[in-house]
Amino acid sequence: MRSALRGAIGVAGFLLLWEAAGHAGFAPQNLFPPVSMVFARLGELLATEEFLREIIATVLAWLIALAVATGIAVPLGLLLGSYPAVRRATKVLVEFIRPVPPVALIPLLIVLIGNGPETKISLAVFGALWPILFNTIYALDELEPMYVETARSFGLGRAAIMTRVALPNALPFIFTGVRISASIALILVISVELRGGGTAGIGYWMLGVSQGIRQMDLVLAGTLVAGVIGLLSNYGLEWLQRRLFGWNEIAQEAR
Amino acid sequence: MSEQPRRRALGFLERWLVFAGAVVVWEIVTRISDSVFFPPPSKIVQFCAELWFVAEPTQLFLADTVYEDILPSLARALGGWLITAVVGISLGLALGRSRIAYEYLNPLVTFLRSVPPPALIPVFMVAFGIGAQMQIATIVFGALWPVLLNSVDGARSVDRVKTDTARSFRISRTEWIRMVVFPAALPKIFAGLRTSLAISLILMVMSELVSSNHGIGYRIQLSQNTFSFDTMWAWLVLLGALGYLLNNALLALERRMLGWQPKREAAPATAKAGG
Repeated sequence: MRSALRGAIGVAGFLLLWEAAGHAGFAPQNLFPPVSMVFARLGELLATEEFLREIIATVLAWLIALAVATGIAVPLGLLLGSYPAVRRATKVLVEFIRPVPPVALIPLLIVLIGNGPETKISLAVFGALWPILFNTIYALDELEPMYVETARSFGLGRAAIMTRVALPNALPFIFTGVRISASIALILVISVELRGGGTAGIGYWMLGVSQGIRQMDLVLAGTLVAGVIGLLSNYGLEWLQRRLFGWNEIAQEAR
Repeated sequence: MSEQPRRRALGFLERWLVFAGAVVVWEIVTRISDSVFFPPPSKIVQFCAELWFVAEPTQLFLADTVYEDILPSLARALGGWLITAVVGISLGLALGRSRIAYEYLNPLVTFLRSVPPPALIPVFMVAFGIGAQMQIATIVFGALWPVLLNSVDGARSVDRVKTDTARSFRISRTEWIRMVVFPAALPKIFAGLRTSLAISLILMVMSELVSSNHGIGYRIQLSQNTFSFDTMWAWLVLLGALGYLLNNALLALERRMLGWQPKREAAPATAKAGG
């Protein structure tokens, strides 16, 4: 309770400082607007349909990418993780692929796929694949041999052990991967939008208002929206993880 | 031969064998498909050589672009990362030792670190215009959080015995931070530093892609505009190599500095590095 109050005071203090600094005239208000101006602009924007469309475009692309990445990475991870040699080879390959920042692929993707929403979804899928894949493979590494032995002694086959023992055991771990991937996917969707791949979305909109006359109040309103999307995705997924896997110690450790 | 070095040598061999195998497969597939977008690796290597090396001893055999694009890009990424390290570690240790200060700042930090870092590029673009300032500001703001939060965690992990021992010796506050808190937090700090390094490289490329007039990201953008995909792949390979080398250099430093730790945990498999 006390900590919540202190947190609220911290936020209020920050906003007050920002407001005062904005009025103090260190910089022209179009470059450094007081916070009240940013919120006023944000309120106006949220009342327009076009702006809401941009938000929906970003969130939808992000959700689709996350779903596709999970749909590919979990089965692939289960498959690759069942063979120790393949598992080790995958780890090595990922170690070499990972250092290439996915954002560097944006220009290539724009040429290959074009300017539609497919481009940002593809890149986000590519970036979001690895944490889920990796966590799935690692979870299989950690699988207690006794569970498998027990299942086998009950006469379960390879496929049944996979779906009824290995997968449920791996789920909390996989979900942690999904959470990491969620923030990567959001970053990539916004990056592609910023690079002009796509004709809608919050990043695309921010790029538009940051060019020409410099309107910092609009840009900051966009940043606030991006931050709220990020915050909701982080905490939404964290909440979901606690709901679904509260019984598991991995979920309890996860912050 | 003892078990440890032998296993390490085998691991090393296995790693590069897999890598070589993958390159061979890549070469064969790209040669068969013969696509302009995906040149074979042998051709990429050839382009790398043409791009970055010249027969000019006064330039140390390196082409102009090494001095005009690669080094400035690296300087900005590493410079931004170093600022991040100094600010993140000092602020993080302070917040980790003061629960009250942490409680005041926690919601603010939680929101700020949730902002997807590329969304800051337009902000700093409007504030600073195109150039190094905008890029470094983006890098610092985006890469700060992993170091900061890991330092907070690390500073909290000082155990009771150490606290009591230090207190009974009545050491000064600076000594306490420098000789007890900092070393105890170091493993966590290193984990944060590596994540931040990856984010710094990503934001370097991203900010150069959005707006710049030189640098690695600018070169990649330029090769898109001129449809020279061989060149683009050469730059992509360079980025991968730089990321790999920098990460391993930091790992080596970590191993040296944390050699005294009684039990070293394996590096976490999944760092929260962004796209």
